[in-house]
Amino acid sequence: MKDKKSLLGMIARYLLLIGISAVFLYPILYMICNSLKSVQDLVNPTVEWLLVKPTWENFTKALKTLRYGSTLPFTIFYTLAATLAQTVSCAMAGYGFARHEFPLKRFWMIMLVAAFLIPAQVTLVPKYLMFYNYGLTNTLFSIWLPALLGQGVNSSIFILIFENFFNSYPKSFDEAARLDGAGRFTIFFRVAMPMVKPAAVVSILFSFVWIWNETYTAGQLMGAELRTLPMKLESFVAEFTSIYSSGSGDMSARLNESSRLAATLLVIAPLILLYIILQKSFIRGIDAASGVTGE
Amino acid sequence: MSKKQEKKKKRQLSLRQRNALDGYLFLVPWLAGLALFTLFPMLYSIRLSMGDVQMAPTGIKIRFVGIQWYQEAFTLDTTYTVSLLSTLKFVLLSTPMIVVVALLLALLLNGKFRGRSFFRAVFFLPVIIISGPVIQELLTTRAAAVIHPEDFLIYDFIASLPAVLSGPLLYIFDNIVLIFWFSGVQVVLFLAGLQKIGQPIREAASIDGASPWQMFWKIDLPFLRSLILLNTIYTLVQLSTFSSNEVNQEVLNKMTLVGKTYGYSAALAWIYFACMLSVIGVAFLLLRERKEKKG
Repeated sequence: MKDKKSLLGMIARYLLLIGISAVFLYPILYMICNSLKSVQDLVNPTVEWLLVKPTWENFTKALKTLRYGSTLPFTIFYTLAATLAQTVSCAMAGYGFARHEFPLKRFWMIMLVAAFLIPAQVTLVPKYLMFYNYGLTNTLFSIWLPALLGQGVNSSIFILIFENFFNSYPKSFDEAARLDGAGRFTIFFRVAMPMVKPAAVVSILFSFVWIWNETYTAGQLMGAELRTLPMKLESFVAEFTSIYSSGSGDMSARLNESSRLAATLLVIAPLILLYIILQKSFIRGIDAASGVTGE
Repeated sequence: MSKKQEKKKKRQLSLRQRNALDGYLFLVPWLAGLALFTLFPMLYSIRLSMGDVQMAPTGIKIRFVGIQWYQEAFTLDTTYTVSLLSTLKFVLLSTPMIVVVALLLALLLNGKFRGRSFFRAVFFLPVIIISGPVIQELLTTRAAAVIHPEDFLIYDFIASLPAVLSGPLLYIFDNIVLIFWFSGVQVVLFLAGLQKIGQPIREAASIDGASPWQMFWKIDLPFLRSLILLNTIYTLVQLSTFSSNEVNQEVLNKMTLVGKTYGYSAALAWIYFACMLSVIGVAFLLLRERKEKKG
């Protein structure tokens, strides 16, 4: 009786899991499929999913248009530096909020949320003028500096996440270290940070993805010279047609779309790779943390 | 007696002060960043919203005009209030749905079963895809439209119900795919929280005869309370700052309106900001952890 019930529950669970996975996987499959379509497949109305003559041509064109070989290392370097800066500054702020009582704390917490909510469109013009005055426009520092001071992409949410995690392990750990004579920064880096490893992994992973994908502010502040992969994707159609101008008409538009989908896949591929790499340590970190805090 | 107690009191006070000082020490980078990259641009933007901005070759001149733009937004502007209301409706209806769906997905993924890491990897895809130029590609190339809700019989049935009931329900059906797509980050946060609930608590509860249903209400939900608040705020902000929502488009389009350069769109953005901040305030009051008084 009980077995029958749990079997049914399991079937229901897998049906739901598979159904929802389909919603998420469909766009990826659509992109892969359409980016591999050759001219023959595009012309053939019976070809929807099963390709008769798949081709890498769209990918080689997209690689060339994006200048993948040089843009990819640059984008990784830029994003990684901003990610690490942002994670350290947010962890410090989160620790300050979670582990200390001080005057105006509530006020600063409200400012934290307010800072998060302000749309980039509002502050862009003043920000640009300020960086221009200091000669920091068209440099990477126009993005790195805010990240280092906890004002990067969605920094507030990371501060809140760190605050949440720092709050969830006993204060006695910190106090024990203090009694052993550890200084405040030693406690922070050697005792507190290892306790919130899952939060750090979440912060690194999400920061990387969001900074990678952020093109609105960074595109304005870093100028026309420093262009990341997603920025190049935004101007892909213009650049593509200037290299491979193949006349007009429906056919070339659809060919362009195939190349654009190939380019889109190339732009998110590093992110998916990063996730696959970090996923294991993400889960391991969570499991390790739950062993300690689940008293 | 008094001397010893006084001494003790003094020491306690200095401990508290030291704690406050430490708190500010950890917050220094964030506070500096807040002043430089958020508060200053914010104040400047308020000034823009109450000014007539003249772009002269020598620089920007701002003539104070008071709340003229704010009045015009509600009186002269024919499109603003419409898009403001529809965006608020979108945010208010979607947020509870997204948080609930995210919680259900996290519960679905929690626990041990075959293929767990595969499904986790799939459910995380929206985080990578929703934030970039990629989602724009998906929306324009209709790659995300995997389900057509109007094909189902239940859709017609709901449409025949009274408008008070059918309105929100139809909305959910129309946006079901979007709701799944927006729930990526929230799923990960809920999952991280669920993992931290110690196995011993669950075992103890199940020995005492608690059903999974009771365990959800008595253990999981109270434990996740702070994460529900965090996710609600995150969802509200994510939806309200999503660059393609109606109000944000309006703000962008009216940025360079003749005779109202920057100033008018700044005012529009501030009205929107005030609305969203009050929504978040209400959500916070409803969902915050109430401090229980202990005897």
